[in-house]
Amino acid sequence: MKSWGNYPKVASTSFIISETEKLRSFLNEIDEVITYGNGRSYGDSALNTNMVCIKPKNYFLNFDETSGLLHIQAGALLSEILEFFVPRGWFLRVSPGTKFITVGGAIASDIHGKNHHIEGCFSESLVMFRLMLPNGEIVACSKTENVELFRATCGGMGLTGIILDAKLYLKRIGSRYIQQKTIKTRNLRETFEAFEMYSKQPYSVAWIDCLTKGKGMGKSLLMVGDFCDDGRLDFKQKKKVNIPFYFPSFVLNSFSVKIFNTLYYNKAGNGVTEQKIDFESFFYPLDSLGHWNRIYGKNGFTQYQFILPKENSYEGLEEILHTIAASGKGSFLSVLKLYGKENENYLSFPMEGYSLALDFKIEKGLFKLLDTIDGIVIKKGGRIYLAKDARIPRENFVRGYPKVENFRTLRKRYGMHEKFNSIQSKRLGI
Amino acid sequence: MKNLTPYNQNDLGSKEEYILIIGAKSDIARAVARKYAKEGYQLYLMARDSGSLGEFSSDLRIRFEVKVECLDLDILDYNSHRNCYDSLKQKPYGVFTAVGYLGEQEKAEKDIGESVRIINTNFTGLVSFLNVVANDFEKRKSGFICGISSVAGDRGRKGNFIYGSAKAAFTTYLSGLRNRLYESGVHVMTVKPGFVATKMTEGLDLPKKLTATPQQVANDIYKAQKKRKNVVYTLWLWRWIMLLVRNIPEWQFKKMNI
Repeated sequence: MKSWGNYPKVASTSFIISETEKLRSFLNEIDEVITYGNGRSYGDSALNTNMVCIKPKNYFLNFDETSGLLHIQAGALLSEILEFFVPRGWFLRVSPGTKFITVGGAIASDIHGKNHHIEGCFSESLVMFRLMLPNGEIVACSKTENVELFRATCGGMGLTGIILDAKLYLKRIGSRYIQQKTIKTRNLRETFEAFEMYSKQPYSVAWIDCLTKGKGMGKSLLMVGDFCDDGRLDFKQKKKVNIPFYFPSFVLNSFSVKIFNTLYYNKAGNGVTEQKIDFESFFYPLDSLGHWNRIYGKNGFTQYQFILPKENSYEGLEEILHTIAASGKGSFLSVLKLYGKENENYLSFPMEGYSLALDFKIEKGLFKLLDTIDGIVIKKGGRIYLAKDARIPRENFVRGYPKVENFRTLRKRYGMHEKFNSIQSKRLGI
Repeated sequence: MKNLTPYNQNDLGSKEEYILIIGAKSDIARAVARKYAKEGYQLYLMARDSGSLGEFSSDLRIRFEVKVECLDLDILDYNSHRNCYDSLKQKPYGVFTAVGYLGEQEKAEKDIGESVRIINTNFTGLVSFLNVVANDFEKRKSGFICGISSVAGDRGRKGNFIYGSAKAAFTTYLSGLRNRLYESGVHVMTVKPGFVATKMTEGLDLPKKLTATPQQVANDIYKAQKKRKNVVYTLWLWRWIMLLVRNIPEWQFKKMNI
């Protein structure tokens, strides 16, 4: 088995179970297991020798038309919610950059989206979820009931139990289209200023050029927007193109990435331009490209996403962009985003500040570069996103997540540390 | 409009109509239910202990905004079948049977109880229920019946021939029913799935390339039903595999371990 990054690859057995009773007896019999959703986290957080796949547990249990409260089983994909609810004028309050993840996975990674600075993480849209503990007991968790379990499970990487179902709020939309503004900036300073200037916009994200050195360092295309209100909600089947095979790994190199970056940057008009685009292109640009992870070749890739507290963001990013540009290792897709306030969950990634996500194909010297960047991130008080990680050294992880000790204590108390483990949790001693 | 004789022109099935699925707890049945609901049909779901279909029926109502009714049906309680069918307020436009019991071959060889259970679940019970349906459809001159049989019925092999022979009998029954109902414009379709990854086959080590998901089977069934196909293999490759298997001479076949 492997995750979306195609790295690492692990020999494992997956058990496909959808019935709650069977799940309980399964937990009784198995030594150690991790829940696997749709395999879209990048690293080893959902991998182990035993994995229980909950995707068939995907029933929509209830929906309240007036409040938008949806009760849904944890194996359902966000794409399924969108397929049936966008035409009725509803959208996810918080959506990540791919719709092909399960509700359970969204909770376990406490995912965030382009509107984190306004709406926070996925857990903010949750009313409650039900969790199966190591002994098979089922508990309801919310911000008022079993609060500790709620705080630990949201962002807890599946290490507290099996999430069975959840109640979450959808939000009303008046169109499937997004009115988007693209702001072209010439350097990192301008990029930061643009983020601040447009921080009232519900959705914002920037593509950043990571290879340009000197004066143009940090030049970006900032995209901000909100749903239109034209009543156009009709379902549209988007054409999907598949990457049919793994690209040879030399295809992506600093030269080809530079060419891509230049073309992409120059395609956008100068200053501020406006577009009206479908929500799928706005939120899920890569979802229309099936198996896009194959572009990085058979050896796979890793996504490296870190966040820095706001006060250190500018300096930190400057230093990190210098380091990357000097290494010559191009990141094909680099995404910069401004985040809002941190929540109280033990292992949630977001904090108020700026996050940068970088894709690197696995190659010689990469992990050394990432260790160096780790150093800068930690020094500046930041942290690294577990849903994307496959390599962070233990001490760097611990320094980024000060609440991990509470998490460990809770795991011991419920015997979770003996039942629910991933390769990542063992690697990091969570 | 195309001339559809000898079929009844009204038999295209308006989407206000109901599809009846019996054995609705099976994975294939659920996939078929979702497919037809997605296309806008209303559903009757029948199963033993239909109460356990509650969550699934909510799912169908919320996703597809269709009407779903769950009803109890014990396929082995033959005398109840007529009442059960008569209780449907609006008679269905199509009927699916996804009832199936694989059983245990070895146990069945020693225990006639297990053999009878396999035979009656996969054959006798369905004959009883479909006779009732067929009489109604024949009178109304419309509707379709789709029975899920199995490639296991195409040739008996030592690993599962009790199940296989019950399915063979069901295949023959459907073929006869198709012949009988042709003149009334009622279509009968036989579906022969090969390997399908379901609860029934859980724990079996199935070859990936020959194993369909229930969703694939449901899509094949829907397409084939719309085209009024008679016998459908799913995955399609199984038609050719079974052609080969059926043509192995008996003197050779009896020595084989497949």
